[in-house]
Amino acid sequence: MKNFTVQLAVYLLLGGLSLIFLIPVGMMVSGSFKPDGHVLVEAGSLRTFFPGELHLANYGDVFDRVPFARYMANSLFITATIVFCGLWINSLAGYAFARLQWSGRQALLAAVIAILIIPLEAIAVPLFYEVTLLGWRNTYLVQIIPFLANAFSIYLFYTFFLALPKELEEAARIDGASPLRIFISVIVPNAKPVFAAVSILTFLTQWGSFLWPLMVTHSEEVRPLPLGIAAFYTLPPLQWGDIFAFGVLMVLPVLLLFILFQRWFVQGVATTGMKN
Amino acid sequence: MAILLGKKMTDGSPRLRRSQDSIVAWCFSLPALAGLTVFVLFPFLLALFLSFTNLRLGSPLPLEFTGFSQYKRIFTDGPFLHALKNNTLFALFVVPVQTTLALLMALCVNQPLRGMVFFRTLFFMPVVFPLSLVSVVWIMIFAPGSQGMLNSFFEWLSFTAWQPRDFLHDPQWALPAIAMASVWQGVGFQMVVLLAALQAIPVELYEAARVDGAGRRQQFIYITLPQLRNAIIFVILVTTILAFRLFDQVQIMTQGGPSHATTTIMYESVTTAFAGQQVARGAAMTVVFFSIVFVLTLLQRKLVKQKGGL
Repeated sequence: MKNFTVQLAVYLLLGGLSLIFLIPVGMMVSGSFKPDGHVLVEAGSLRTFFPGELHLANYGDVFDRVPFARYMANSLFITATIVFCGLWINSLAGYAFARLQWSGRQALLAAVIAILIIPLEAIAVPLFYEVTLLGWRNTYLVQIIPFLANAFSIYLFYTFFLALPKELEEAARIDGASPLRIFISVIVPNAKPVFAAVSILTFLTQWGSFLWPLMVTHSEEVRPLPLGIAAFYTLPPLQWGDIFAFGVLMVLPVLLLFILFQRWFVQGVATTGMKN
Repeated sequence: MAILLGKKMTDGSPRLRRSQDSIVAWCFSLPALAGLTVFVLFPFLLALFLSFTNLRLGSPLPLEFTGFSQYKRIFTDGPFLHALKNNTLFALFVVPVQTTLALLMALCVNQPLRGMVFFRTLFFMPVVFPLSLVSVVWIMIFAPGSQGMLNSFFEWLSFTAWQPRDFLHDPQWALPAIAMASVWQGVGFQMVVLLAALQAIPVELYEAARVDGAGRRQQFIYITLPQLRNAIIFVILVTTILAFRLFDQVQIMTQGGPSHATTTIMYESVTTAFAGQQVARGAAMTVVFFSIVFVLTLLQRKLVKQKGGL
């Protein structure tokens, strides 16, 4: 009997919490299918969550009123490049720290770990000055290059590689395989979880990146989605249906990835907690 | 490069292998080390240096070393002091709320009941939402007047006694409103971290406790909480640092207003460096920001180490 009460309490609590998480999303999705005038008027009633007949014009507006496709392409290009190149650069460094013996290893590793606590926000202003001097403002370059090397990714790779059994490379070494070959064909296949975790963390950070592109870009040709939605919100006339349609389109790719690779997302985020 | 790609690299001599390893290791780590040096370490040192100068973009004045004058200036400056206060208030609200909520959610989701994967997925979902989108959606929730969602909800809760207000333009409500939206977006992250820690607790501990006749509450107080200690410390630290990094929501929802009620260290630093071209002063603010992060991190390391000694 007591067990049943506990179960009931847990479910009631979870149900209540679910509402809090569902309401904003439900409002956005349903609002994206409503004629613009209806969104605000119905916000205070339960009709918020029911679009009535599906009104698709908002989705057309997203492409007509702002260069949505361009924002999306920019976000995809910038994020994909950082994730892909970042995986290479940081995993190789992590490998060197974990599995190779070299002078300077200890000191440099300590330096990487020390750098780990410097958040982007702490260096945003001088970095902004630096890229201004380099003449990189308002380019893709400025949104990509500074974020390729990442101390935290290196650290995650390092701890993962450290735990792999030593015998892994030995056989390949004796066969005379080159270090790069050993890395690609022996280490990488045994390190999928860490590659997944780093990809997901990098992807999430970069997909949502707002502060840095806001500082260093000023034209729509290179700006990513987060700046797009902020600009759309301030673009008169304020049409909530359009904004929500933008929101749905913006979060859809991430949500799809999230649902497909849910386990990896949760694990990836959890590892960050465990590693610290 | 020949060693990197070449077929034969080992001839069995450990000494030769070590020196070859060395070259390979440098090649492997060079791109990352170069990137970190140029785009993290250098700007970090540049921030320190610039904060002691008078640098303004496009200013005809020569670069001068001005000692602590930028720091003196920001600490006697209204907006920056507001920002420090707001970040602290924000942290004081968000950290306990988010940590408690995350712990509660993790404990619930960890129950061996049906449907828990669904709830876990749902609670974690907002973490993948960009903050810019979350901010825009919550502007709608905070819409003024009795039409607004939160306003009409409060009206319904209070049997129409609630006076509708414009949350984001109300000096008393603007910061808590931003905090609410932030908790909604971020709590799933903390939940997942705590959940992983919960699942790492050895089952034997609970079995032993049950044999000793410990009830649910005692098990929670004497096993769960102490075992979660490091994870909770980590969650508190990360949430506090996030609270001091607050920027996106403020930029989109309130632009620091009304009358500095929601301005933050990052918002002040970016607007100073950016709109005002006062790069040196903005840099001084980020140095203050970093000092806060640094102290918090040291504190965490100390607290976590203590456990090892016990």
